[in-house]
Amino acid sequence: MAFRDDVRRIRAIAWKDLTTERRSKAGFNSVAALAITILVLFGFALGPDAQALRDAAAGALWLSALFAGVLAFNRSYQVELDGGALDQLLQYPGPRWVIYVGKLIANSLFVGLMLVIVVAVGIALFQVRIPKAWPSLIGVFALGAVGLVVLGTFYAAMASRSRAREVLLPLLLFPMLVPVLLAAISATKALLVGDIMHESGAWIKLLGAYDLIFLVATLWAFEYVIEV
Amino acid sequence: MVTAQSELAIEAQGVARRFGARWVLRGVSIELGPGEIVGLLGANGSGKTTLLRIFGTLLKPTAGTARIYGHDVARETDAVRSELGFLAHTPGLYDDLTARENLRFGAMMLGLPAGNNLDAALERVGLGHVINERVRGFSAGMQRRLAMARLLLRHARVLLLDEPYSNLDTAGIKLMNEIIAEAGAAGGAALVVLHELAPAAGVLDRTITIVNGRVAESKPAPIPRVRLVPGERAAATAGATR
Repeated sequence: MAFRDDVRRIRAIAWKDLTTERRSKAGFNSVAALAITILVLFGFALGPDAQALRDAAAGALWLSALFAGVLAFNRSYQVELDGGALDQLLQYPGPRWVIYVGKLIANSLFVGLMLVIVVAVGIALFQVRIPKAWPSLIGVFALGAVGLVVLGTFYAAMASRSRAREVLLPLLLFPMLVPVLLAAISATKALLVGDIMHESGAWIKLLGAYDLIFLVATLWAFEYVIEV
Repeated sequence: MVTAQSELAIEAQGVARRFGARWVLRGVSIELGPGEIVGLLGANGSGKTTLLRIFGTLLKPTAGTARIYGHDVARETDAVRSELGFLAHTPGLYDDLTARENLRFGAMMLGLPAGNNLDAALERVGLGHVINERVRGFSAGMQRRLAMARLLLRHARVLLLDEPYSNLDTAGIKLMNEIIAEAGAAGGAALVVLHELAPAAGVLDRTITIVNGRVAESKPAPIPRVRLVPGERAAATAGATR
């Protein structure tokens, strides 16, 4: 019975976050616009050399997603801070990890949609040839997005308790995301060039392992960062 | 008043709380029995809201113990939260959800059945005409009424109310008093943070005054409480306007 109540609470939080985001629109539009702008700026910085653009595509895609993701994670807790909703949210009975999982689901859909746009624009802008192993590439993007969202949602909760949350979140998040980004960029790069060295498998396994470790650790630790 | 045999609804023993170097509460001890309604008075910064937030599990005491129906607020948070109806100074609503959706979210988080008297609660607080409107367009008083409707869903045994009358018109104040009186008649206890006694006239059993983080005075309310018969519901007259 308690588990069913927890599932219901998770659904409620995810629904609430997605509904408020869908209705406000400004959030997703600004995040997507930022991601595209960063991609375009990378394009300008790299110049017109098609091969240089293709070589840098994996890094540019993931860094765009990361910078835009920070905006999204901050917003997911800003909704709670406006009007004191976080106090009310914490007043409801039930385990705290329920709040985290609900927000994870909403942020995953949000960041997933943003990644679709980033990848589509990136492919066009960086003249990327879609590889034969495109299902594996989708898997890499999914695993990378999970790592990004797990850590982003967790550290945004931690930063939400601070007045300097906009500055604090990247300072906390970026160092922790290094292994996820390294694995995601390396796997993406390998797959985009046809995985000649058969190295993508190892990176994908590493990415999956990071995701699992971070998910378990953040589920356990969330209560301590959200409670005062 | 509290009898020796009764289980205390709200209890604090030497509760202290420090923010940085500043002690906001310096050893507060209070007791409220079931059915007792107490006003918490004090100047700005005296520690009223901090005490309420400690009882509401939103802050942990630096020293001392606080209990709700015997459950320690720092260690048995889930059991405490199941007993509480907490109305903070801010309404804690989501601007981009409608009035009904805000209540529905609250009901789901409380584990209440779907469609559990949401519209009836909204009608009662005078928001029946804006059920499907987004909260973003509500006045501060309407948002307060919506927070009251959320309180009605809980059927809590303990009400913690932080300045519950702020932004409310006369009808809203009357409605708030009805909710408090009904909770008291049903055996629930209420701790009500107040800046002035006038709106709560006839609702309180006694008042506790906090000065500089300490209980300075505890005395019967100047206007005795008008008690409802358990189950009785005062006539609600509420018509919220923007």
